[in-house]
Amino acid sequence: MSEISHYSELWTHRTPKSRLLRWTGWVALVALFIWCWQLMTANTIWYFVTDAPRQAADIGSRMFPPSLAYIPELMVPLWDTINIATLGTVGGVVMAVPVAFLAARNTTPSATFLRPVALFIIVASRSINALIWALLLVAIIGPGLLAGIVAIALRSIGFIGKLLYEAIEEIDHRQVEAVSAIGASGAQILSFGIVPQITPAFWSISIFRWDINIRESTILGLVGAGGIGLKLQASLNTLAWSQVTTILILILGTVIVSEWVSSKVRRAII
Amino acid sequence: MLRIEGLTKTYKTGDTALRGVSLEVPTGQILGLIGPSGAGKSTLIRCVNRLVEPSSGSIMLGDIDLAGLNRAELRRQRRRIGMIFQEYALVERLTLMENVLSGRLGYVSFWRSLLRRFPGKDIQRAYQLLDRVGLIDHVDKRADALSGGQRQRVGIARALAQEPELLLVDEPTASLDPKTSRQIMRLLTEICAERDLPAVVNIHDVPLAKQFMQRIVGLRAGEIVFDGPPSDLTESALTTIYGAVDWNTMRKEDEEKQEADAETDRQLAEIA
Repeated sequence: MSEISHYSELWTHRTPKSRLLRWTGWVALVALFIWCWQLMTANTIWYFVTDAPRQAADIGSRMFPPSLAYIPELMVPLWDTINIATLGTVGGVVMAVPVAFLAARNTTPSATFLRPVALFIIVASRSINALIWALLLVAIIGPGLLAGIVAIALRSIGFIGKLLYEAIEEIDHRQVEAVSAIGASGAQILSFGIVPQITPAFWSISIFRWDINIRESTILGLVGAGGIGLKLQASLNTLAWSQVTTILILILGTVIVSEWVSSKVRRAII
Repeated sequence: MLRIEGLTKTYKTGDTALRGVSLEVPTGQILGLIGPSGAGKSTLIRCVNRLVEPSSGSIMLGDIDLAGLNRAELRRQRRRIGMIFQEYALVERLTLMENVLSGRLGYVSFWRSLLRRFPGKDIQRAYQLLDRVGLIDHVDKRADALSGGQRQRVGIARALAQEPELLLVDEPTASLDPKTSRQIMRLLTEICAERDLPAVVNIHDVPLAKQFMQRIVGLRAGEIVFDGPPSDLTESALTTIYGAVDWNTMRKEDEEKQEADAETDRQLAEIA
């Protein structure tokens, strides 16, 4: 045992050099922010900005009260929107499942050729927003529900495919080993060793995506792909602000309900 | 009968796990493989059903060399070999019945297995096996709802559903408590005796091996250094297998564990 006075009382979390470095870093960050702010606001017309509260109050007053008489007319487009989301999700799931199995390291038949292809499909689908898919598809297959459904499906492939292939890669390998040691065929190993392990992930991913798709499909009408977005665009164009409010409230309600449904279903499955 | 000759396994990393192992297991014999970790016990067992690819040597089950089979033939031959795993390796989200019936996968078509429409004979047999291992009341429970000992019983039933000619058993009790371990070993040896089924049991618990095995093979650094009945497993034999330092530590730990167990039992008895 040595005397306690033998040990130093001094201890610092960082060395002086790293403290200086951090401090300079923060100063540089603040300087960058100020510079960017000036760049951004160079073209701002400040008269409009100071006017903003008045404008907002003006539009706000036109938006209220929401036009309740407009609701019956919205029911069919709303139903269309829900159908776009649901059918689009189903389509996305159907296409994403094989892609996920091709992309997962432990199930891909060819890691050098098919896996990169599958990963590319996933990235391509994810990098293009549903609205842009819809724009393209309206041009290709014409305006309407079908374009919306296909747009949602194509956008969903990447999301579902990515999460599902990650779930496949995380399975317990011992269960697969045991089934293959029995003398099961490749397809049987898939259905007994792998599928039971990813079933909960599969449902939870699909329902999560359906929930997202409900939200995404509400705006697809803006580019002519059907649903409640069409009505929203029409109301915006005619400056019918009270109708816009009605539509926004309806969308909000739908999203809340879909979120509630998806959380209920997920809890029931897992 | 299983006859292994000159079996060698060198992993891609350059580690040699088995060096020319030769071993014969006659029908009805329960053989315990013991040895320190890294001695190649697990590799040896896994080479037999080719979960690990042997580098050279032959593995004769009856008159078929398992080491030289192509994929389709291997699949057919694997049906003859039942395997029981340390962590049970049940399909956790399937029911006991499905797990036991999965032992028949090698004999039913994909569509029948997908729709779970197994032949009546298989189902009858699965019921019989689940009854034999004492789980007839839990047939439709999911495997993940069971305790460790119960899961290992399902593992045994699944292996037996194959109607195998050989059982490979990889550390069957390593994840179980001492009492359950003994129950499982007893069940395993009884079942092998009933069916005259040969078994290779990879086991690291020396007292358990001595109690239940008919023959013990000691592996050290990929070579057989002991082969004989449990009664020949003397201190000096164990020192050869495990090395002086390790064996002494293991023995001490064992004694301590036994004393601690006995102590706990006494205390529990007093409370009761």
